[in-house]
Amino acid sequence: MDRSIRRLGVFLMLLFCALFAQLNYIQVFNAAELNDNPSNSRPIDEAFSQPRGTVTTADGVIIARSVPIDSKKKYQREFPEGDLYAQITGYFNYSFGATGLESAYNAELSGQTPEQQVQDIGDLFQDHDSSGNLELSVRSDVQKAARDALGEQRGSVVALDPRSGEVLALWSYPSFDPNPLSDHDIDAASKVKTFLENTDGDPLLAKAYREIYPPGSTFKIITGTIGVESGKVTPEEPVYPTERSFTPPQTTRPLPNYGGESCGGTLFVILARSCNTSFARMGLDIGGPAMIEGAEAFGFNERPPFDLPAVASVFPDQDFSDTQPLLAQASIGQGSVAATPLQMALAAAGIANNGSVMRPHVVDRVLAQDGDVIRTYGPEVWTEATDPTTAGTMREAMRQVVASGTATRLQIPGVDVGAKTGTAQFGSGDPLRSHAWVVAWAGPPGELPVIAVAVIVEGQEGLSEQTGGRVAAPIAKAVIEQALQPMPEPPAATTTTTTPGTSTTGGG
Amino acid sequence: MTAVAPGRAVANPSPMGRARRRAELGLILLVLVIIGSAYTLASLGLTSSVPADIGPFVAVIGGLLLVAHVAVRRLAPDADGLLLPLVALLNGIGYVFIVRLDPDLAALQATWTAVGIAAFVGTLVVVRRARDLDRYRYTFLLIGLALLVLPLVPGIGVSIRGARIWAAVGPIRFQPGEFAKIAFALFFASYLVEKRELLSMATWPKFRPLLPDLKHLGPVLLAWGVAILVMTMQKDLGSSLLLFALFMSMLYVATGRPAYPAVGAVLFGVAAYGAWTQFDHVKTRVRVWIDPWPEQFDRGAQTIQAWYAMAWGGITGTGIGLGRPDKVPIVESDMIFAAIGEELGLLGGTAILVAYLLIVGAGLRVAVQSDHAFDKLLAAGLTTLVGFQAFVIIAGVTRLLPLTGVVLPFVSYGGSALVANYVLIALLLRISDGNTKRNTRQQIAHQQASGR
Repeated sequence: MDRSIRRLGVFLMLLFCALFAQLNYIQVFNAAELNDNPSNSRPIDEAFSQPRGTVTTADGVIIARSVPIDSKKKYQREFPEGDLYAQITGYFNYSFGATGLESAYNAELSGQTPEQQVQDIGDLFQDHDSSGNLELSVRSDVQKAARDALGEQRGSVVALDPRSGEVLALWSYPSFDPNPLSDHDIDAASKVKTFLENTDGDPLLAKAYREIYPPGSTFKIITGTIGVESGKVTPEEPVYPTERSFTPPQTTRPLPNYGGESCGGTLFVILARSCNTSFARMGLDIGGPAMIEGAEAFGFNERPPFDLPAVASVFPDQDFSDTQPLLAQASIGQGSVAATPLQMALAAAGIANNGSVMRPHVVDRVLAQDGDVIRTYGPEVWTEATDPTTAGTMREAMRQVVASGTATRLQIPGVDVGAKTGTAQFGSGDPLRSHAWVVAWAGPPGELPVIAVAVIVEGQEGLSEQTGGRVAAPIAKAVIEQALQPMPEPPAATTTTTTPGTSTTGGG
Repeated sequence: MTAVAPGRAVANPSPMGRARRRAELGLILLVLVIIGSAYTLASLGLTSSVPADIGPFVAVIGGLLLVAHVAVRRLAPDADGLLLPLVALLNGIGYVFIVRLDPDLAALQATWTAVGIAAFVGTLVVVRRARDLDRYRYTFLLIGLALLVLPLVPGIGVSIRGARIWAAVGPIRFQPGEFAKIAFALFFASYLVEKRELLSMATWPKFRPLLPDLKHLGPVLLAWGVAILVMTMQKDLGSSLLLFALFMSMLYVATGRPAYPAVGAVLFGVAAYGAWTQFDHVKTRVRVWIDPWPEQFDRGAQTIQAWYAMAWGGITGTGIGLGRPDKVPIVESDMIFAAIGEELGLLGGTAILVAYLLIVGAGLRVAVQSDHAFDKLLAAGLTTLVGFQAFVIIAGVTRLLPLTGVVLPFVSYGGSALVANYVLIALLLRISDGNTKRNTRQQIAHQQASGR
């Protein structure tokens, strides 16, 4: 009987081992998935019963904070600046979730990252507010300048520091007020959401980094960069023929210049005058594979490692040998080329920063409630767009655009400015409609530029190369002028818990 | 059986008994510290304040455990020293969780714990030698059957949550089935001791004997019948499975023939399949077990919420009083393990598993050390009852098996089960005490013999 008893014991032990294995499966291996299940209300309950950190701009303006309220859900998320930062912070709602930083930095804001959970041994025994504050690189003055300059025209403005990738302004019109969307009254919040979803211009969509548009002539800085880097184009050679239109191989359909003008010459001339015919010839000369490789070196066909959920910009990754007319179109930023305003700002930034495109980010630092720095997002190279020599040549070419080309409205006395305008046709309607673009960089003369900007104003009447220069350039100018001013002092009587005395610039 | 005078011959505890009692007392004090801390933590987690009644709480629990310990010292001084502290730990953790989940149930559960310890002491007083119970074989069978059908008697039986397993006498409601299990274990042990020779001989089929003559399979069929009865009349899948597992394990221990449990498993499978086709509640349980997601807001809610709870607890748990086990339906009885998994995490849940495994180990050691077939079988059967019941409900909560409504021994809310399980542990201690006494006597006799 003893042998049977021992075997019974082994059998029971195996049963308990199975239980142990199942517990491990549920509590360790499958736990994250179960916690993320939309029908699991625990994470949401927790998120709403704890304070979240504040979000402040680089100059100390509070743009999101938790306010204690007298209700079962103990805190209400508040966005004091209304719609100004909506596409950065997003909203935070009990029933339909969060967007923007509220979603992307949920773990940091609610204090769930391991380094926030346990900072020192005492935290193991003491309940502490582990929520983290976000300090952005966005400057409230530049952001306001972007909003005021764009006014009530649909479009986006992205301004960033080419040396570090720190975003200084990120604005799209129309925007929305995240406060009603973050209301605990689910019915009221849902009504607002439905209304916004049906509003013309889709205000909930952060177009600056989540919508792609044909970049039009602004793409010529990329085609030019690829041409110069390949050695096929120099400031002196080739001299592109002066012509009204160019008919690529494999088609009989001519590709005209804007307004049917006669246009041609060397690199600096054709970029300043934005000659379609010359850049179409340049793209065909460079060839499909090198064009694809060059565009991807600038970050196309890849989601930028932005700390908000940006979408990828597109350059058609195809064999162009039988579709030369499409390659000609792509070389002037038409056809199936499409880019986010963020990507075009990064293209200008790459040229400004000697070829290195830095990882773009809006969050500079994560701080604990006691002011300790939990994490700093320093400068990091995302992609090498080109070499410094090529970048220097392209900067000179872009200076010519401002000096004597389509972007003369961007001239700022005492400031080194380079730019490229664009007018991108969209749809095939009559009358012709187009997006007005400008990408630019600026800085003190003799130094690397300190700001890169992309502006798009959507849905302009007509199709004139002057549109970008006339409509978009003044907006870029206003933003650049504001960004070159010293950063404003933090507001005096803030209730923010960011540490006094710490520098708010530089980002480590 | 020899004519040696029973038990009383050695009045004082043996040296081994003394060591065991010292260890038992030390472990009980440790358990008291653990329970007191857990109680304080639960209060801190829920209300951020140290409970006002922590002093009286520790005093009452400590008093009850001390009564049990002294009773063992007096009545079974040589018994195993691990079982009581383990049971006290499970009982205490369970009590803390019941207080934390539903303070209204706390007073009742405390009363039931006191009754359980009284029954524990009572069993040790009444049963002076486990072997004596051998004589009342058919009495236990009748008691078992009577208790089992009691809930079906009109006027006494009460149906709660679809299972007709309750009997109400005046204001007191209890589950007679919990006591029936012990009665059946006693009957099986007694019956199998007598028939084991016959049952171990394989004569059928003739060309390759695997089983004894089919007429000896009567008891297997009887157990099967009882299980089916329970399953169909009372809609109590868990108890049915438990009774059947009890008998199969005892039959295997008695005969050493794996063919019995194999045939039994097949028969049970057939019956379970039949029940699946016939009864909607069985069908629902199985469907929800295989895939709870389509019904996650009604039938599958228990299973899925239990998973969410345990996943939320992760490795270290949220801390007592800091989780949301209230989201799990019926969490204080059947699903209490989900609450433990959430608030104590994988570590706490594993500690509970280990506690049961240690009880199983201690119980089976008692069985092995016994030199009497009845004691062996009884100890093995009682141990299987505790261990298998814990397995069935934890497997149900974790969706390893379909969820069946049995309580987690010593932990879940429920008076009948608690009292019955304390009786069960008392019987195990009684057998253990007898083993040690006999061994000590034999050692002394051996020393005296070799001393000359």
